[in-house]
Amino acid sequence: MATVRLSFSPAPVHVRTARLVGVAVARRAGVREDLLDEVRLAIGEACTRAVALHRQYHVPDPVLVEMDDAGSYTVRVIDRAPIEASIGLAALDADQLANESLNEDDLTTGVGFALLAGFVEDLQVRPVVEGVGTEVRMVWPVGR
Amino acid sequence: MELSLATRTVGEHTVLEVGGEVDVYTAPRLRERLLELIDGGARQVVVDLGRVDFLDSTGLGVLVGALKRLRTAGGSFALVCDKEPLLKIFRITALDQVFPLHPTVDAAVGADSTGSGA
Repeated sequence: MATVRLSFSPAPVHVRTARLVGVAVARRAGVREDLLDEVRLAIGEACTRAVALHRQYHVPDPVLVEMDDAGSYTVRVIDRAPIEASIGLAALDADQLANESLNEDDLTTGVGFALLAGFVEDLQVRPVVEGVGTEVRMVWPVGR
Repeated sequence: MELSLATRTVGEHTVLEVGGEVDVYTAPRLRERLLELIDGGARQVVVDLGRVDFLDSTGLGVLVGALKRLRTAGGSFALVCDKEPLLKIFRITALDQVFPLHPTVDAAVGADSTGSGA
């Protein structure tokens, strides 16, 4: 069972709350201080992505964030958008990101995923086990 | 911390000082202000990120949008940033190859005046 569970309606204003809670639990779990900025950014990006998908597909369900400190610090951000929406997230490489012909939405999505992949060593994006949606799972070591 | 935006003029440059958190919630306000400045005739724009303590992909998207708009209009766009956590974000996303990044406003204005700005 998760140490802390947070669910929020898919609105941009709540992403900050998720970041704050995620970092507070990380600190409590014993994640190294110098990793906390990266934890904050990664949780923010995963939640931003989930909110964007819910809004794009008019999914009113809440976004779920589960934080677990058993052994390591694991954060799962779960959306309920159609799976096909999540495919291709990792498609942009550094050269494409720097390509100025890319539109702002696509660039933001690509940059968001570049940040997740760049800051989270242990990152998985996979379909949820039950129902519709995707889980972004991020793991950080704890220094206890 | 909430987003703060303040504009000042340095020579022919318009400097937008940004502070606080630039994220999916606040980035639309940054976009709006940059559009106001550009639509109002600003052509040499420097965005000072010195007091920004959080910047996400949405904020980066807004900055790229402003850069492209200014280039199309024949203007220039540069960023001021000397904080390592933010610089790392630019490196990881390869956007350090897209934006002229300077440690101070003076450096940004000076570089632009000598023709090495975007």
